[in-house]
Amino acid sequence: MSIQVSHVDKWFGTYKALDDVTLEVPDGQLLALLGPSGSGKTTLLRTIAGFESPDAGDVRFDGADVTGQRVGERHVGFVFQHYALFRHMSVFENIAFGLRVKSRKDRPSKADIRDKVMELLKLVQLESFAARKPSELSGGQRQRVALARALAVEPKVLLLDEPFGALDAKVRQELRSWLRRLHDEIHVTSVFVTHDQEEALEVADTVVIMNQGRVEQIGSPFEVYEHPRTPFVYNFLGNVNLFHGRPISGESLQTEFGALNGRTNGPASVIGFVRPHELEVARVENGSSSMSAVVLQLLPAGPTARIKLELAENGAYVEAQVSQETYRELDLKIGEQVFVKPRKVRVFPEDYSI
Amino acid sequence: MGSPLQTKRRRKPRVIPGFGLTLGYSLAYLSILVLLPLATLFWQSSKLGWSQFWFVISDPEVVSAMKLSFTASFVAALVNVVFGLLVAWVLARYKFPGKRFLDGIVDLPFALPTSVAGIALAAVYGANGFLGGWLEAHGIKVVYTAVGVTLALVFIGLPFVVRTVQPVMEELEQETEEAAASLGAGRWQTFYRVILPTIAPALLTGFALAFARGVGEYGSVVFISGNLPMKTEIAPVAIMSKLEQFNNPGATAIALVMLTFSFGLLITVHFLQWWSGKRVRQLRSTP
Repeated sequence: MSIQVSHVDKWFGTYKALDDVTLEVPDGQLLALLGPSGSGKTTLLRTIAGFESPDAGDVRFDGADVTGQRVGERHVGFVFQHYALFRHMSVFENIAFGLRVKSRKDRPSKADIRDKVMELLKLVQLESFAARKPSELSGGQRQRVALARALAVEPKVLLLDEPFGALDAKVRQELRSWLRRLHDEIHVTSVFVTHDQEEALEVADTVVIMNQGRVEQIGSPFEVYEHPRTPFVYNFLGNVNLFHGRPISGESLQTEFGALNGRTNGPASVIGFVRPHELEVARVENGSSSMSAVVLQLLPAGPTARIKLELAENGAYVEAQVSQETYRELDLKIGEQVFVKPRKVRVFPEDYSI
Repeated sequence: MGSPLQTKRRRKPRVIPGFGLTLGYSLAYLSILVLLPLATLFWQSSKLGWSQFWFVISDPEVVSAMKLSFTASFVAALVNVVFGLLVAWVLARYKFPGKRFLDGIVDLPFALPTSVAGIALAAVYGANGFLGGWLEAHGIKVVYTAVGVTLALVFIGLPFVVRTVQPVMEELEQETEEAAASLGAGRWQTFYRVILPTIAPALLTGFALAFARGVGEYGSVVFISGNLPMKTEIAPVAIMSKLEQFNNPGATAIALVMLTFSFGLLITVHFLQWWSGKRVRQLRSTP
């Protein structure tokens, strides 16, 4: 089932939580709503679910308007950040809940309910936990129970609100790739909210980046990462170094400390964005955009090594990321003078604030 | 091997010392203040002898008084469970102007001298009273009836239910209700399948506390009940009248029965509190 959200506004008192939001989730897709806290992503998810009603605009499922329907009528599965399991019920009863509350004519027989629950327990790999209480499970297990409970009613749409937000890093990693595999298996149209860009880029088919109640960009993970449309998106999807300056000719950027190569088109002052891995570190000066800097801190742990530097020109801090191999070859010392040179610069007009 | 240094236990350092002193004081205090008078009660009534004791407490007037005390308290506690739950719900769930005022009013039956409450109730529900006249016109007599007794006990028991249920209600996650709604549960189903089981232990505790308070209540009841023997006389009044007739052993016999009953009730309350406390602790440990 596809979801269409068009021109949705939502106010909380005088605060505009959603501002003219329009997006479409094609049938069978896994879409991520990504943004910082307060960006409206959870409000949007809750509006799709029917927990909030929009002040303007509408929500459609497969083209049919569901804006006026209550959550129970929309047949959505909802997974909460803090699981929201029924604590006085066993795992089995939690999953069976959606089937037991059906009206008598729709309610499956006891045996059917048991089969369905056992099948779901198998799907979430918790077969031996049916009799446990939620309090006896780990966070990751609880979230899988919550997912099974949501799937029990065979929802047309699955909505997940920061599903891994309360879990620790390792479990998060496992569960996120597990969710991706699960989605490939059951293909229910899914939307999940996250503030973790890595999670969104890794799991989703489409990423929607939100900021201050508005949609900043919609695209595949590759698209949004490689071709960010706004400085906000650029900044949000990873670490970044900023270079303030003004354009000279059409091809380069005059910064406070030297010229950078970068396509520019007009405004008086601009900001150049450079990702840490796009910043080259060398012992010798190399061309006009090479800048002198002093090594402040070395962080060699991890798949790549990070080097924090202070630019000699204006004292600005920048960060470079180099491969372990390059790092060993460079053999830098703290306090040493080096040269940095951006390999790729993305330029936005200065008036963009982030 | 077995050197004194190894066997000597290290004391756990504490910020504020004095466990021995405080415990000793507490025990002495409780003994003099609570246990001694109660022991005297047993001793006093033991002077009666079994047949005498039975004679006193099987007196129809006494039996009727105790019956009234227990049934009226039971009914009043039940009423309080329903309406106390409602008040606790409103206080825990909603924000509205005057909420703090309402919250304060709930404690009034605690704070008010019970005789003041009794006079006020009698004035309102009396034949000339503001509600009493209207009720009497509709054939419901409140003053000098069991209805009046129950009414006074409802008044006095309300805070017990509200104050035990309210904190548990405040801890309820609204997300579980949203989860139930998203799974297709109606409002009533959400209430009795999700909310009620969670607050049931607290509700039970509140019920038991209101019940226990009702059984012992005196001041607020006597004005509205009129203390008619065999009709509206409650057990504490029966004790009083025995004392007024200088029948001390008779009074202590009734007192003993009530004490035994109250003690049983208290144990039940403690058990329920422990049980619901365990539930609440479990809820808290569930992030």
